[in-house]
Formats: sequence, structure tokens, C-alpha cells
Amino acid sequence: MLFDTVIIGGGPAGLTAGLYTSRARLKTLLIERGLPGGQVMTTELVENYPGFEEGIMGPELSAKMEKQARKFGLEIVQDSVREISLDGKTKKIILEEGRQYEAKSVILCTGAHPRLLGVKGEAELRGKGVSYCATCDGAFFKGQKIAVVGGGNSAVEEALFLTKFAKEVHVIHRRDQLRADRIVQERAFANERIKFIWDSVVEEIRGDEEVTSLLIKNRKTQQESVLDVQGIFIYVGYIPNTEFLSGFITLDEEGYIVTDHNMATSVPGVFAAGDVRANSVKQISVAVGSGTTAAISAAKYIEENFQERLK
Amino acid sequence: MSEGVTNVTQDSWDAEVLQSPDLILVDFWAAWCGPCKMVAPMVEELAREYEGKARFVKLNTDENPDLASRYKIRGIPTLMFFKKGEIVEQIVGVVPKAQLKAKIDSLLG
Repeated sequence: MLFDTVIIGGGPAGLTAGLYTSRARLKTLLIERGLPGGQVMTTELVENYPGFEEGIMGPELSAKMEKQARKFGLEIVQDSVREISLDGKTKKIILEEGRQYEAKSVILCTGAHPRLLGVKGEAELRGKGVSYCATCDGAFFKGQKIAVVGGGNSAVEEALFLTKFAKEVHVIHRRDQLRADRIVQERAFANERIKFIWDSVVEEIRGDEEVTSLLIKNRKTQQESVLDVQGIFIYVGYIPNTEFLSGFITLDEEGYIVTDHNMATSVPGVFAAGDVRANSVKQISVAVGSGTTAAISAAKYIEENFQERLK
Repeated sequence: MSEGVTNVTQDSWDAEVLQSPDLILVDFWAAWCGPCKMVAPMVEELAREYEGKARFVKLNTDENPDLASRYKIRGIPTLMFFKKGEIVEQIVGVVPKAQLKAKIDSLLG
């Protein structure tokens, strides 16, 4: 089946791109392997997306974006991509369950997934105290002592969220200051349940059936110490979801997709938007903006390169 | 055999899960968990595809905290496979459907 535009990934970037291409009357299919919404789905409260002065719950914002895009005709299919061929004028996409699609243009909005710490115990104790999703798992740590690793917005916001459940939240950060927004930092410093462990990294996560402690090393003094906790929430950055694109499209050294200011990639007719783009600020508002640009660029590309319209 | 994914609770756990002769997959979930919403439709599909071969149930960890703590659930979504009352496999987090199918096929042997 031929589409004007196939969008891969249904986070804010993909849903916005789909909204714009659908309104441009381009026949558009969005492929999403989970549920539309992307990382916003696992965010409790979004306070920095304009238009919602009281903030809005992540899943609610996702659902609204999806509904709005569908209203204008966006089709969404739930599956992951098995094979993709981008070099011809007509792009081909094969999904895991066998469905095949062709497209005049493709917009890649595949986002990023949390980076692992890469220490002993992390994989073994996943779901046994090691978590990457505070909204999912916070409630299992009522009255307990836990740690959060990282110093960015995600880490500090989730540490604040976790104080609703845990009695003590230790934020372990490799530097001596946070990267999170100032307002988020101020809240964290004012919260009595949050304690900071600066200049330190986690060397090992310990426990047999469940997490019992962490081995921590101070990077300045090289001193090692053991912190007793029942849980550890890891927010140490992201890895782009581009494994299936390597070799087909120009990626930067970390695997993010290189685009120009029109969101065009190294392959004609292929655009990228959202967190998967190289050097992008990872914010919903930025993803929405780049999704818009990518959609308008895709529409322009189709108009310049194809004669007939599909519907 | 019941269709789809049945909701199990504290009260029905022993009869529905532990005493069942079939391979059972239990989806531990809660309303606030975004990734659980990604796993749920996958489990629904699997329930249809494996009808008559394996059974699929879900357990709300928020409403059944005793079971969640008995099985040491510290992260959701958790998919736990039971055979004759014993845990035979456990998967935490969102995994591709193909991987789940491979796991079920190997457990059905």
C-alpha cells in the first residue's frame, strides 16, 4: 500500500508531523511499536509545555495529541519495523508481523531510550529494585530508602516525585552541581527527603533477590562507600533508537540522525524529528516544533518530486 | 476456556493461576504505569493467538498489594509465567511481541 508519508515513531514529534501532513491532505501512516505518546507516557506531570498553566499529566497530553492527529485523518498501526529501504524514490517498509508499505517520503521520529549504567547487578536486579521509570515503580518503595542516579531534569524531577513514596531519596551525581532547570533544583534543595551525593558514581548494585545496597565511588577522592537502599532509579541520559538505520542514513558518533534546518536527512525524501535528531534539545516543545518542520518539508518534497496526489 | 485476558485478584489467584494445569502468563500492571499500557494490547493479541494453548491473566498491583509483595514485584510491567503453580519465567519492562512469542513457544515446548 502506497502512502504519501510514513512516519516511524508516535511520540510528540511523530504525532505532530502526522497532524500537519494529514491537514496538508497527504495520505499518512504512523507506525508505533508501543502506544502513541513516547517518553511522555511515562512522565507524571508536564509543567513546561505551553498552554497548560496547571501542568498536564503525561498520558493525558499523549492521548490529546493522538486524538487531534487522528481527527484529521492520520492512520496509526501498532508494530515495529523489521526492514526498511530508503534509497529508491519509493521507500519500502516491512513490519515485524509482515505488513508492507511504500511511501513517497518518510519521517523518522523514533526517539531515544534510557541509557544503562553498565554496572554489575544492573541487569540482574532489573525489576527487583533497579528501575528506569519512577511513575511506574515509585509506589513499590513506600517508606523505603532509594537512590536516583543523574543530575539532569529527568533525574531531579523524578527524585522529587519519588519523595511522595520513599522516606529518603539520595541523588547521586557525577559532578558537583546539577544540570536540571533552576526551578527544579530549588525544589529539590528545599525538600527534606532529598539528599545529595556529589562527584560520585555507582560502581555496583548489590543484592541477591532484591537490591540491598550500592557501591559508590567519589571521583575526586577515589574513596569507596556503601549506601544501603532498596531501590535505584537510573536517569543518566539516552541512546537514540536508530539501530535499524545504521548504514542507510548519516548518523553522528552517538547514533543520532544528522539533519539540516529543514529536518532533511542525508537521504532525499527522508526527514527526522524529535529526540532522535543530532544536537536536539530533548523537550516536548522542541519535538513538536521539529515535527512541524519535518512535515512541511516532506510536503514540499512530495510536491516537487511527484506528479499525482494520492487522495 | 475463557476468552481474552481475565482480571485476577487476591481471591481468585490460587484457583486461576496456581491450580491451573495450563501455562499461564500473568501481566502485573497498574493504572499509573505508561509502559503497562503498551504491554496490555500485546497480551490481548497473544491471548487470541494462543487460545487453547496458554492462558493470559492480568493482576492490578495497586488493588492487590499483598500479591505484588509476595512475588516481590518492584517494577511493572512484569510478565510472570506459571506452570503448575511454579514461576518458570519472568520478564520486566516492555519487550517486542516476537520475543514474547518465542518465550511462550519454548515454554509450551
